[in-house]
Formats: sequence, structure tokens, C-alpha cells
Amino acid sequence: MRRSDPIQGGRPDIFAKRRNEGLAFLALMVVLTAGSVALTRYDFVKGFVSVFKAIVWGASNFYPDSESVRYLPDMLRKLWETVLMAIAATTVASVFACLLALVGSRTTRMNRFFSVVARGIASLFRNFPLVAWAMVLMLAFSQSLLTGYLALFFGSLGFLTRAFIETIDEVGGSTVEALRATGAGYFHIIFQAVLPSSLPQMVSWLLFMIDTNIRDAVLVGFLTGTGIGFLFDIYYKSFDFHASSLVTLLSAATVIVVEILSNSLRRVIM
Amino acid sequence: MKQELGSHRPPLLEVKNVVKHYHGASSAPALSDVSFSVAEGEFLSVIGPSGAGKSTLLRCINRMIEATSGEVSFDGAAVTTLNKKDLRRLRTRIGMVFQHYNLVDRLTVIENVLHGRLGYKSTLSGMLGRYSREEKGQAFKIINTLGLSEQVYQRCDQLSGGQKQRVGIARALIQNPRIILCDEPIASLDPNSAKTIMDHLKNVSTDLGITVLVNLHQVNVALKYSDRILGVNRGKIVFDGSPDELSSEHISGIYGSESRDLIVDLGEERHANLPRNLWVAKANNANATI
Repeated sequence: MRRSDPIQGGRPDIFAKRRNEGLAFLALMVVLTAGSVALTRYDFVKGFVSVFKAIVWGASNFYPDSESVRYLPDMLRKLWETVLMAIAATTVASVFACLLALVGSRTTRMNRFFSVVARGIASLFRNFPLVAWAMVLMLAFSQSLLTGYLALFFGSLGFLTRAFIETIDEVGGSTVEALRATGAGYFHIIFQAVLPSSLPQMVSWLLFMIDTNIRDAVLVGFLTGTGIGFLFDIYYKSFDFHASSLVTLLSAATVIVVEILSNSLRRVIM
Repeated sequence: MKQELGSHRPPLLEVKNVVKHYHGASSAPALSDVSFSVAEGEFLSVIGPSGAGKSTLLRCINRMIEATSGEVSFDGAAVTTLNKKDLRRLRTRIGMVFQHYNLVDRLTVIENVLHGRLGYKSTLSGMLGRYSREEKGQAFKIINTLGLSEQVYQRCDQLSGGQKQRVGIARALIQNPRIILCDEPIASLDPNSAKTIMDHLKNVSTDLGITVLVNLHQVNVALKYSDRILGVNRGKIVFDGSPDELSSEHISGIYGSESRDLIVDLGEERHANLPRNLWVAKANNANATI
């Protein structure tokens, strides 16, 4: 295996080593795929054929017709409600995430203990799936907008805290040192150095989270019986596929518009 | 002249038996039993190979790094025993300049310079960045002196390395410091900018009478600018004297055996007033060797 190459002066051939590593990785992927296919008895042919079938079914049933357009005002009202809920949940979560991140970040933490607690909270909220939050909160707050709001809030809080900690650690370190050396106090350093350097990156994460949350809000609404997701559920279960397709299209269009908006905002601030 | 000053008054800075272990007492010390003193107005260079403990030494003075044992006294105050609040007050009188400038890149030159005043501010007015007319006036004056008047309202990420370092010096100067600690201030700069920065630091020392303590990689630069040189190797001071006293044997002692090129540099530097382009060549050479 370890051939030596005269050009490399008798040392082990690094190029052969790289190639062997590549081959080993490829082999591992093939084994993993084949193994899981065998275990789940997945039928490739059937899989691809059903995708095709689904497309055919969608094209012949799942499209908005003139009948479904009559529900449009109702849909738009619910959509608006859902979008606002997603934005509110994200922005409020970002404020708390910012505080948690300042406590949790290595560069700005007050002490190790609180930092570990803050990171723990973030990780707990992040790793608990959104669907689980929705179902648990459903028991406490029943079918109301608040349930969806809180589910999105907790998920965003975990994710944003994590992202903000990374941001602060990345941009803050050297200026924090410089300002500490001038005799500046903790809050001086946070407001004059850490926040000015990390805010654009944080806002970028916030915009990303709003995109994601609008998409997720539809799902959460579906689970908690609120907003546009609930409408989809009703139409779908009453076999009104035309109306439910219109809901889907509206949601997708909203997400795309919001994404375009936030991308242009990002270009301005970065 | 300066030596005499030092003998009349107590030294501005006194470092006594300072020891620093990063990984417990059994590990190799970053600083072992370092003692020296610095007189008011002195331009002192600390030279030594990478990892010799130069940065640690500098940061133990303003307690950005806590020494394991030993004493530091600055302007009559026992630095090592100060509480948090008094330490902050002490730091306002110690400026610091960094290799990587450590500016807030997204803020303008003037905002970065005024950061040097934060140590004097109440929590609220510092948080909001409210500075007095006098402070702003002084900031503009310092910025002009350093030749940055055209860049006052530019964001710092648009500046060149040399300009950024001048902002760093301005931030230190507006503190009205008694001493400025410089950690490798020219290590990331091209030779011309490096010369500008060193000239400014020299002016700070001669015109304003501020003590300057600077860590350097380049022996020839240290020889050219310093009143006194400290040579550090493996956490110990192995040379303490004027540039004239620094012999090639001393340099071997500081840098170890691989300092042949440095010694050649030294010989040339001594005997001629170097023309400008040679200075540049030297700076490059020293960068390459060390």
C-alpha cells in the first residue's frame, strides 16, 4: 500500500493516500445507501413511478379553479394573520436571543456558569423539534394563535441564540480586548464595539429566520388549528383540492416575496 | 538626559519578579522572574523570537493577562492588587496599540478614536457614545497630527493597514496616557507604512513626553528608534541596555544560533546612515529571517 515515490524522496506517497481516502469515502457512502435500501425494502422503480403518478394527479386535480377563488378574501386574511404571527415571534425571539447570546458568548460573558446556562437553554430549545413544541403547547393553550406564536418563538430563540453567539465570537474578540485596555466598562464595550460590529450579521440571521418561520407557520397552523395552515387542513379534508392548492400557491408566493425583500435588505445593510 | 531623569524621579513603571504560567505551575513558564523598570519619557523596545513571552509581558503590565506572581507598579500604584474599578481607572492612563489594530471596522475613524475616551465616561453616556465638544476637538487635533484628516468620516474597513494603525495610535493618544504599550505595531505592515508608524511613535515619545514600550520583531528597527532595548528569550530577560551596547553575541543569545543574517544587518546599520531604500530592504530582510 505504501509505495514510495522517488520524486518525494522515499517518503510515503501523499497523493496516493489522498486518492485512497477518497475511494474509501465513496465505498462507505455506497454501503450506507445499499444497506438502508435493503433494510427499508425500498423499491427504486416503484419510487420513481409514484413521483410521476403524483405529478399527474396534481396536474389533473391540484390546481385552483374559479370556484376556489371565491374563498380568496378569507384566505388572504388568514395568510396575513399567519405572516404577522411569524414576524412577531421571530423579532421578539431575536431580542431575547441577543441577551442570551451576550451572556453565552465567550467574548462577552460575565462568567463561565451563566455562559453554560445560556448555551444550555439555546441548545434545549433548538433541539426540541418544532412539531413537538406545537403539540405540547397545544395542550396548554389549546387552539389559539398564541400556541403557534409560542412554538415559533421557542424554536427561533434557540436557533438565533446559537447564531448570534457565533457572530459575536467571530467579530467581537479583538475590539473587546482593545476597549478593555482603554478602561472602558462592560456596557460601553457591548454598545460601542460588540453590537456595532455584529448587528448587520445578526439582522441577516433575523431575516433568514423570518423566511423560515413564515414557511413553518403554515405547518404549525396546520397542527394547532390556526391561520392559513388550518384553512388548508379544512379544504383538504373536505376534498376541496382546488381551494387547498390555492392556499399552497399563496403561501409559496408569500415566502418568495419575503425572501426577495429580505435579500435586498441584506444587500443594503451588509 | 533621559537616563538622568530616571535617576532623579522614581521610575514610571516597575516590574518585579513577574512569573506567568499558562497551564499550571508544573508547565514551562511564559515569563519567569522578569524584572525591569521604565523611566518617564523613555522609548523602550522589547525584542525576541516568536513565543518568547513579549506579548504576555506587555499584557501583564495592564493586567489584560493576570500574572501568576510578582509585582507591577505604575505611577506609584500597585497594579497587581487593584480592584476592578481602580484597575479600570488605571487603564485609562495606559494606551495600547495592537498588531491587528483591533478597531471596530464598521465604524468611522472619528468614532474609533473617541473610543479612547470611554474609560472616562459614565455607563450611560459611554453606552450612547455622547462625547463633549472638547473631546471631539481633541480627537480632530490628534487625527490631523497623524495625517488622517481626509479619512475622518471614512469607515475603518476602507483604510489601508498603515492608516488603521494610525487610528489605533490616535485612540491610545486621546486617553491622555502616561505610557503606550505597543504589541508588534508594524508586524503586519509594509516597510514604508512601518516606517511612518515608528516615526509617529517616536514623535509621541519625544514631543509629548509619553513613555513608549514597544514589542518588535525587527532588530534593526529597535536599534534605530529605541533609547533602551530589552531582549527576551524563553520568558527571561537576557539583555537590558542601550542600543549601543547590543552586540552580536547578545543577539545570538536572544534569538539563538540562527541569527547570522541579523548580525550582518547589525554591522551595516551601525556604520552608516542608511539611505532610505536600504532601510526598506533591511526591514524586508529582518522580516524574512525572524
